[in-house]
Amino acid sequence: MSDVLTVRGLSVTVRDTALVSDVDLTVGAGERVGLIGESGSGKSLTALSVLGLLPEDVYAGGSVRLDGVDHELIGADERRMSQVRGRDIAMVFQEPMTALNPTMRIGDQLAEAMLIHKTKPKSAARAAAAELLERVQLPTDTLRAYPHQLSGGQRQRVVLALALANDPSLLICDEPTTALDVTVQALVLDLIVRGVMDRSSALLFITHDLAVVATVCERVLVMYGGRVVESGPVVDVFTRPRHRYTEGLLAASDLDTTSRRLTTIPGNVPPAGRFPSGCVFRTRCAHATALCEESPPWSGDEAEGFACHHPAGVTDA
Amino acid sequence: MILRLIERTGVFLVSLAVSSVLVFAFMAVLPGDPARVALGVNASDQAVAELRQQFGLDRPLPTQYFDWLGGLLHGDLGTSYVSKVAIGPQVFDRLQVTLWLVVAGMIIALVVAVPAGTLMAARHRKLSGLALSAVSQVGVAVPAFLAGILLIVVFAVKLGWLPANGWTPPAQDPGMFLKQLILPALALGLVQGAVLTRYVRSAVLDVLREDYLRTARAKGLRPFQALWRHGLRNAAVPVVTVLGLQLATLLIGAVVVERVFVIPGLGSLLLDGVSNRDLLLVQDVVMVLVLAVLLVNFIVDLLYVALDPRLRTAS
Repeated sequence: MSDVLTVRGLSVTVRDTALVSDVDLTVGAGERVGLIGESGSGKSLTALSVLGLLPEDVYAGGSVRLDGVDHELIGADERRMSQVRGRDIAMVFQEPMTALNPTMRIGDQLAEAMLIHKTKPKSAARAAAAELLERVQLPTDTLRAYPHQLSGGQRQRVVLALALANDPSLLICDEPTTALDVTVQALVLDLIVRGVMDRSSALLFITHDLAVVATVCERVLVMYGGRVVESGPVVDVFTRPRHRYTEGLLAASDLDTTSRRLTTIPGNVPPAGRFPSGCVFRTRCAHATALCEESPPWSGDEAEGFACHHPAGVTDA
Repeated sequence: MILRLIERTGVFLVSLAVSSVLVFAFMAVLPGDPARVALGVNASDQAVAELRQQFGLDRPLPTQYFDWLGGLLHGDLGTSYVSKVAIGPQVFDRLQVTLWLVVAGMIIALVVAVPAGTLMAARHRKLSGLALSAVSQVGVAVPAFLAGILLIVVFAVKLGWLPANGWTPPAQDPGMFLKQLILPALALGLVQGAVLTRYVRSAVLDVLREDYLRTARAKGLRPFQALWRHGLRNAAVPVVTVLGLQLATLLIGAVVVERVFVIPGLGSLLLDGVSNRDLLLVQDVVMVLVLAVLLVNFIVDLLYVALDPRLRTAS
């Protein structure tokens, strides 16, 4: 299986503060990969670096390669990146209420996505836009609607249709259902999975919701403090977590707990740049020892492994 | 949408009616009897009374008001108490001159403000953006009449490129018309343009932070393309508000600038009317100015609806 996305040693910095450090990440063709972690763990920044849309003053380093694009994406100029965006990589953002231009009809916004990259001639773009809407189960007369006439769930489906307009090889979704009502979350998730499967696109799915990852993704990466701390197939990571942070995350979302108190991870995520040296999780970890002041090495291979001195599931010597 | 159109038209008509009462009332309570003014201090009381009757000033105020209003609605602005000349044609001629000036000034303001404000917003972190900001700050601080005098000194007196003053109707000599229009229009437009630039800048800055602009970039549009196709129409909504207010300011500014450049516009007619105590003339000119300002506001209201589809469904 060839890899669609290959990220090597990605770092994201603002001024002199590192927000993401040394992230390696691979997404195979048609593979659905989840990226989970608490807010502030660097998930969204990782996604935005891939797309080259980091906010002002925030810079990415390292290497991002995309199959079919013969240049490095990090540091590529605007002219080259704009040809990749929306054609090879597309993105669905978290907030559907503000993601669409309020003064432009849905049909025009959809058609534009195809006209920019000339994937459809002007004469066919309208019909193609109607078909895109049908595939996200919206009626064709939505073409003439303005965004304010649609609900949040409907708008997110339009954003999804927009992202899938040019059959991208990689779709990135950044918490696409977080802002939606629970009732429409399932539908949107289903449309995302079906959308990428129909087109054999790969999916990089960012969320903090473990249940969503379990239903959508095949493989998962756990991020904390701007680093990947564990990765592996969803089933393995969720049933036999190795990193102590993953273990805590799973315990915190376990609703079958017999005790009446909710389990939480002690402490808070430190503010950006205030993570401890060595293992980034050691200040909140019950198992931390003096050894954790040194950065834990990565055990296992890139597809499946973890970075912890005292992994779960092993009796400590 | 039709409901909103009816609503705005209603507001326009009611404001017009109210302001006509106000303008009339102001002129009525001002001290100074037009008949006495027309005849001079030495005129006999009988002569003054006769003239009052002739002007219709002896009738009750409501009758006078409705008589005036009825005339206005038929395009009859009455006859001057002082010069005994019909006011309508005079105001009409002068209005054309002022409109040329205001429209040219507005165009200059827009041509300056839209590109400069957009550039300032797009480069607000860079030196070029800051430099433009500083220049516009200076422009804001200069009043139109001072700008006019400076322009005359530099371009008319020192360089001799353009005439210092005067007015030629466009039909008579288009070349001369343009030459004489440039300096007063610049005096009006540059100052308004500097003010407008700052509003354009902040409107574009707001739009640049919007999520839909990021969506546009994610589609594959380059930063300026995204701003052009998705940003400018959204940024136009707050700018149009300011533009409406500025047109009113521009009309007032024209009164002063006409004086500086010796242009026979509505402004100089108004000032002449005031100094000659030609009450009816002043009343008419003020009413025409009020009508112009209200009309601009009405058009701005309609423009909102054209620009922002969200306003079309709201009642």
